[in-house]
Amino acid sequence: MLGRKIARHGLILVATALLGGFLSAAMVRLAPGFDTDEAALDPHLNSQSIQALRQARTEQHNIFRFYLHSLQLAMHGDLGTSISLKQPVSTLLQDRFPLTLRLVSLGLLMGWAAVMVLVFTTALLRVTAYDLLATFMTGLLICVPAAVLALLSVLWNIPGALAIALIIFPRDYRYAHNLVNKAYSLPHIVTARAKGLSELRILFWHVVPSAGPQLLALAGVSVSLAIAAAIPVEALCGLAGIGQLAWQAALARDLPLLMNITILVTLVTLLANSSADVIGYVWRGQQA
Amino acid sequence: MSFWRRVACAVLLLVLAISLAANWLAPAGYAKQDREAAGAPPSHAHWLGTDEIGRDRFARVLYGTRISLFLAPAAALISTLLAALVGGLAGYLGGTWARAAMTVIDLFLSLPWLFLLITVRALLPLNVSPAFSVLVTFLILGLLGWTAAARVLCATGSSLRNADFVWQARASGIRGTRLFWIHVLPNMKPVLYAQFWISIPAFILSEANLGILGLGVAEPLPSWGSLLKELEGLVSVGEEPWKFVPLVLLVVVVTSFQLVLSKQDEVAA
Repeated sequence: MLGRKIARHGLILVATALLGGFLSAAMVRLAPGFDTDEAALDPHLNSQSIQALRQARTEQHNIFRFYLHSLQLAMHGDLGTSISLKQPVSTLLQDRFPLTLRLVSLGLLMGWAAVMVLVFTTALLRVTAYDLLATFMTGLLICVPAAVLALLSVLWNIPGALAIALIIFPRDYRYAHNLVNKAYSLPHIVTARAKGLSELRILFWHVVPSAGPQLLALAGVSVSLAIAAAIPVEALCGLAGIGQLAWQAALARDLPLLMNITILVTLVTLLANSSADVIGYVWRGQQA
Repeated sequence: MSFWRRVACAVLLLVLAISLAANWLAPAGYAKQDREAAGAPPSHAHWLGTDEIGRDRFARVLYGTRISLFLAPAAALISTLLAALVGGLAGYLGGTWARAAMTVIDLFLSLPWLFLLITVRALLPLNVSPAFSVLVTFLILGLLGWTAAARVLCATGSSLRNADFVWQARASGIRGTRLFWIHVLPNMKPVLYAQFWISIPAFILSEANLGILGLGVAEPLPSWGSLLKELEGLVSVGEEPWKFVPLVLLVVVVTSFQLVLSKQDEVAA
């Protein structure tokens, strides 16, 4: 069963990459301005060279052919060349990916540590004022745009990873808090409390195993949130990662670069979600 | 209605009224430059000072609020209608339709929201007129923001498909689109209302993020996003506190929306 589940997720991943790749290629192809080439405006080129440039563009008119051609090149490790940075896309991605990975991982780690501490302390303490304070604080943070938090992190000299943690923490807290509260209302946990079990034992022996798989799924989803948060944080804090690269590509309308980043990000997000799902499945299986 | 929800409603109505009165409160408009007072601090002439090219910040905040408060609901309406059409219909039809719709929805949802926004925004020309940039920004929000709502509506449509009253309607000979429009869609109303209201603060925040990143509403038109972009030039937080007024207003409005919608959240879930 586990093998089938992993195979199913693998299949979804490949299908999404192919479908996402096709949609990306179609969007790049149909985007206004695709048919024009600045090189054609070069006064040094003769009419034959300009004709050759136009011919090269005409060959890309068919979306399916354009996609298959891009796919063939991608199979050989050629992801094209960035229009704005004049560098191979694969080199750019290789250079920038480690920083984003470190930033997002640290941000997730710090954000989730804060979520867990706050969720478990509110559950253990059961003090209304503390619960209200936590809700108010996270509610306020949710209302601040991610880009403003990134700007404030620059002003206060806060590391980028902490800014990402601040962006994901309030959103995840809300869901995690609801999940843990829901677990507390389960009949076997109400019974455990009625029997006089200590709060710590109830939390770690009954609540965490009940809410665990869902919390894990939430952690998987928050990877997507952290990657999205990396865009404003890297762009506004001057960190040379994938987020900044995507922002620069968007501003320069560097569509080939943007599309490759989009596919990469989709795959990373899907991989995180699939991993969380598979681990959750194993966890539930062990419990059963 | 609880006390805090009433306060939130009052705040929203007040902000809306003030933004509607922008023509009277700031007759000079959002684009007029006072070149003698560029980058000036608050004064009697300019209550919130001026920006670096001498435009009245108070006027820009009022007009920016108007744009964000009017176009975010418009985008929410588009996204809710799309969600009802795609999610609701797919859920109601079930089978292959529902699976196909869910695949597309999952594909959209697997991409981080801000990433999707900047990618699609970049596919369209960036050098456009201010009015067109407003249209494009909020249209993108509306056209891309339907997926999460569609997922909920797909589940709702799926449960309505097997509801007793739908079976009864089928037994009485009502079929196809008539059944969907007359019996299924009206029963999705609570979820549709909830999704519509929940989308508004989400779209306001998304526009702000896009604006700060330089991919939102184009100058000289103001929006909360373009107004917050001014914070980029600050060296310290306490330096020019009046520059934080758009942020405070945004937080107050979004918080008010969250308070008003606290019950809608439960319906949407």
